[in-house]
Amino acid sequence: MADSVDLKAAGPILDDMVTAIVAHAAYLSELDGATGDGDHGVNMSKGFRMTGQKLAASPQSLGDGFATLAETLLDEIGGSMGPLYGSFFLDMSTFLKGKTSLDRDDFGRMLHKGIAAVTDLGEAKPGDKSLVDVLAPASAAFDAAAARGETFAACLTALETAADAGFESTRDMVAKIGRASRLGERSRGFHDAGAASCRLLLRALAEGLKQRL
Amino acid sequence: MNRIINDPDNVVEDALVGLTAAHADLLARTSHNRVIRAVAVPQQGRVGIVTGGGSGHEPAFVGFVGPGLVDAVAIGEVFASPTARAFEAAFKAADGGRGVACLYGNYAGDNMNVKMAVRLAEREGLTVKTVVANDDAASAPVDQRSKRRGVAGEVFMWKAAAALAAEGADLDAVIAVAQKAIDNTRSVGIGLSACTIPAAGKPNFIIKDGEMEVGIGHHGEPGIAVMPTKPAKDMAALMLDTIVPDLPFERGDEVAVLVSGLGATPVMELYILYGHVVEILASHGITIRHRFIGNYFTSLEMMGASITVTRLDAELDRLIAAPAHSIGLTVTGAQ
Repeated sequence: MADSVDLKAAGPILDDMVTAIVAHAAYLSELDGATGDGDHGVNMSKGFRMTGQKLAASPQSLGDGFATLAETLLDEIGGSMGPLYGSFFLDMSTFLKGKTSLDRDDFGRMLHKGIAAVTDLGEAKPGDKSLVDVLAPASAAFDAAAARGETFAACLTALETAADAGFESTRDMVAKIGRASRLGERSRGFHDAGAASCRLLLRALAEGLKQRL
Repeated sequence: MNRIINDPDNVVEDALVGLTAAHADLLARTSHNRVIRAVAVPQQGRVGIVTGGGSGHEPAFVGFVGPGLVDAVAIGEVFASPTARAFEAAFKAADGGRGVACLYGNYAGDNMNVKMAVRLAEREGLTVKTVVANDDAASAPVDQRSKRRGVAGEVFMWKAAAALAAEGADLDAVIAVAQKAIDNTRSVGIGLSACTIPAAGKPNFIIKDGEMEVGIGHHGEPGIAVMPTKPAKDMAALMLDTIVPDLPFERGDEVAVLVSGLGATPVMELYILYGHVVEILASHGITIRHRFIGNYFTSLEMMGASITVTRLDAELDRLIAAPAHSIGLTVTGAQ
């Protein structure tokens, strides 16, 4: 098993991410409807579907695909999720610029760049009930596994497990950010929609990379 | 829902068609389908003024595009922030080589999209500075002003900044005067009925008949109190009791006042309200130098009104009085 992934060969992972969002559009909107305005799935699938169409027309490496996804989200989504996911993928694509392959340590660094962009823009902290509650523990679990000297694949598995747990943890949180924060205690008992889409995306990314190792 | 629309999902696009057809003397489309600029923009050597926000607040935001006012505006879906790319395109449309002032309201989506758009614009060598309006005195305590919403006070912020830009001031000076304008502005709204986003088809909040919501936001965000509907003079007193001590406005202050309908309240009633505003401010020893009464910052077909008061110094007084021409606000400057 190789310890790095060829970025060109990893391009089609974007298609898996598009599929994950589009297939779960109704589920994401349903989650959002419990505490927000119920359009998360609609908006996300609109942006991801358009990205899928662009990539089908001209396949790209993983890094360039991230950039195309970011541009589409920034162009088409608006609201809060467009800029949040847009900057997440934009800064990860910037990190990948000029690289031809991705190894374990660079993946960890890339994820840090993406998360920094999200937290800088949205100012959400862990516990606020947002996609950061998936991103932060997933990244921390990846880093911890890497620090133990585990393989890239094992680190990705650790990331997926932590993303799942992070998503579950949002159910019992009171929203401190975004539209749901106006509901206070009434936001408890529902998973966060952004955390749900984030978990889907990280899982598709991790699975796709593992298949190409 | 009984409305003059086609497809509920296309109300923004359809409105822009009519708007630009009606006001071709003022407004021009740009390469971005959600960005409108003033016809004579950009002007080389002048700071550009940009704003943006969700649709449904007409004439805000696009109705304040024109000479002496906003140069370009980014247009969002109904009650939703424009995209980062739309703000970026508006910056480019307004840029006359001396930078762009983006003056907008304090909402999560707008904050993020503007921040992202500034970053995108900077990559292309464009300088953009921002001021975030937070004039809604009912939306958070005064010690948490950074959390307050931006509402109709944005009109005075745009007016002052654009007038200074027209005088040839640099970007830092334009930003400073916009900040000064909004720092000296307080607004509060009273909601008397809810509104319906066309694509949603049903009201996203409820105000019962016979009740009013004091301090409501212009997307129906809750205010400070729900109480039985009172006569106009008591509404004016309630609203000014929130506004006056908040800045605070003091005896001897000179102010500009804007009374805006929220969309469905007859202008006649706005004048009833204004009559009491005059009386109450006079009793505080506050002099009204400029007054604007009409529909400036609405919330679809919500009933109710907002009152905005801005404390003037000599500079703000001059800038509010400077000539401007737009759909939503025209000042002839001849006095």
